[in-house]
Amino acid sequence: MTRYILYRLLQAVIATLGVLTIVFVVMRLAGDPTLLLAPDNASREQIEALRVALGFDRPLHVQYFAYVGDLLRLNLGESVVQRAPAIDILMLRLPYTVSLALAALTVAIGIGVPVGVIMAVRPDHWLARLLGALTLAGQSMPTFLSGILMIMVFAVTLGWLPSSGADSASGIVMPAIALGALSMATFARMARIAVLDELSKDYVRACRARGLSIWTAVFRHVLRNAALPLVSVAALEIGNLLAGSIIVENVFAWPGVGQLALQAIQSRDFLLVQAIVLFISVTYVATSLAADLVYAWIDPRIVLARS
Amino acid sequence: MIVALREGRAVLNRLPLAARIAALVLALFLLAALAAPWLSPLDPARQTLLARLRPPGFTTAAGVTYWLGTDDLGRDLYARLLHGARLSIAIAVLSVVLSCVVGTAVGMAAAWFRGVTEIVLMRLVDIMMSIPAILLAVLSVAVLGPGLLNLVIVLGLTRWPRYARVAYGQTLQSATLPYVKAAELAGVRAPRLLLRHILPNIAGPLLVVVTAEFGLMILFEAGLSFLGLGIQPPDPSWGSILSVGRNYLERAWWMTAFPGACLFMLVLSVNVLGDALRDHLDPRAQGR
Repeated sequence: MTRYILYRLLQAVIATLGVLTIVFVVMRLAGDPTLLLAPDNASREQIEALRVALGFDRPLHVQYFAYVGDLLRLNLGESVVQRAPAIDILMLRLPYTVSLALAALTVAIGIGVPVGVIMAVRPDHWLARLLGALTLAGQSMPTFLSGILMIMVFAVTLGWLPSSGADSASGIVMPAIALGALSMATFARMARIAVLDELSKDYVRACRARGLSIWTAVFRHVLRNAALPLVSVAALEIGNLLAGSIIVENVFAWPGVGQLALQAIQSRDFLLVQAIVLFISVTYVATSLAADLVYAWIDPRIVLARS
Repeated sequence: MIVALREGRAVLNRLPLAARIAALVLALFLLAALAAPWLSPLDPARQTLLARLRPPGFTTAAGVTYWLGTDDLGRDLYARLLHGARLSIAIAVLSVVLSCVVGTAVGMAAAWFRGVTEIVLMRLVDIMMSIPAILLAVLSVAVLGPGLLNLVIVLGLTRWPRYARVAYGQTLQSATLPYVKAAELAGVRAPRLLLRHILPNIAGPLLVVVTAEFGLMILFEAGLSFLGLGIQPPDPSWGSILSVGRNYLERAWWMTAFPGACLFMLVLSVNVLGDALRDHLDPRAQGR
């Protein structure tokens, strides 16, 4: 077990370093990053001064090590526009995005998993077919489109929910559904496969032989076993939901990190953009690490299989 | 070519009805995109400020009919949707080709040469997959600046790892097959062996990824354009039409409804077709 934890930790460290490196490279794709950060009307002298101030005049490898060193000390740089540490700005917006992602995850699991279970247990029932078609439709619907449609129906026409903002608690309902709809299909598919795998096992046949109905067997025994693989799916989806917030938050004017990212891009505040991308990616690595460890703790067979 | 077409038709005939309808819808979209200049009599960029936000079917005094209405600058929505399809599909096709070629090459090389190549390349794949793709795309487009070519490069280079994973796994399996061993012993060199003997054998699973990714690329392009980071005005894109349209939800529903319906139908038909293709190529996973 210890070996597995160490191995998995090392993997996560490598992944994090890799992410840092990729972001470092991407920021320099267009050449000199100073030009990204300088205001549009800056003179040549001002750009030169900024280049020296930000350290972009140094050799690349020196820049790289300084960059990694800063990040290790959790120094994400300073927003050029707002003249405040990027991490402080990020932290102000983070609670909104986290609550949105969790609400979306609840929607996705709450609808996706039951749909997947029904599709596995009664594949030929009309309800299963209908739900299957609906999840496929949900997957084909970009979040900004479902968001706009919901605003059209529930805010503009019916007036039940606020069309945007986080002023009232009900403001989270539509963004959460729009964001969750995309992951719903993933959960339905994974739940279906997990339940199907369990249904073919001997203990299910034993339950049926004892006279249990298929649904009793599913609720008492199958679901518990099928839940395991869903843990790691949920962890991976959290990362996707955080990233997906960049579109949803801009549709609903939700004041989270996604809205911040677009504002930062529009005001050419690239150190802030970099900070956001780094933060979400590292969170992504961390959640998948946590999921794997929890998974291994619940189900020791994983460790045996991999070592 | 003719053989390939005949085979394609044979595959299509064995697919379920929904998938055949999806293939038809997809073909119609492709046709509309190719023939856009001939199908739309009006210039998609021409503004008629006196005919702003006209409803579908509106005919001007001069006898011009806007079948799907006009947008906030009085441009013909029908023409803009057709030309938007052209741009979206072109970007999706090019970026899928780019990512498929890069990813397949990486995956096959890792599986064939093993050792250090394998470790380095597959680690890179893991790392690339730990950055959410939409985020990496947003950052890269923001740095490089928007534009058609940049979009293709960014989308292509953020999405190759999935092909690499599939190509890697499939090549590992194929490499142990007797006919590959026989070819190797007969002195066939690695590039020829990979391209002529292994690639055709792993093309099926790759094709499944291609379909799924094609739908995703359409969504990504629309999403980036919606955020103002994709195709730039005055060029039309479904995403940017939608993003303007949401400001006129109450006055001009057609600006949202039509591009939304196009986007949804195109991606849905790609997804339905992709699912059917996966079932067809891997009957064990029927319906999974």
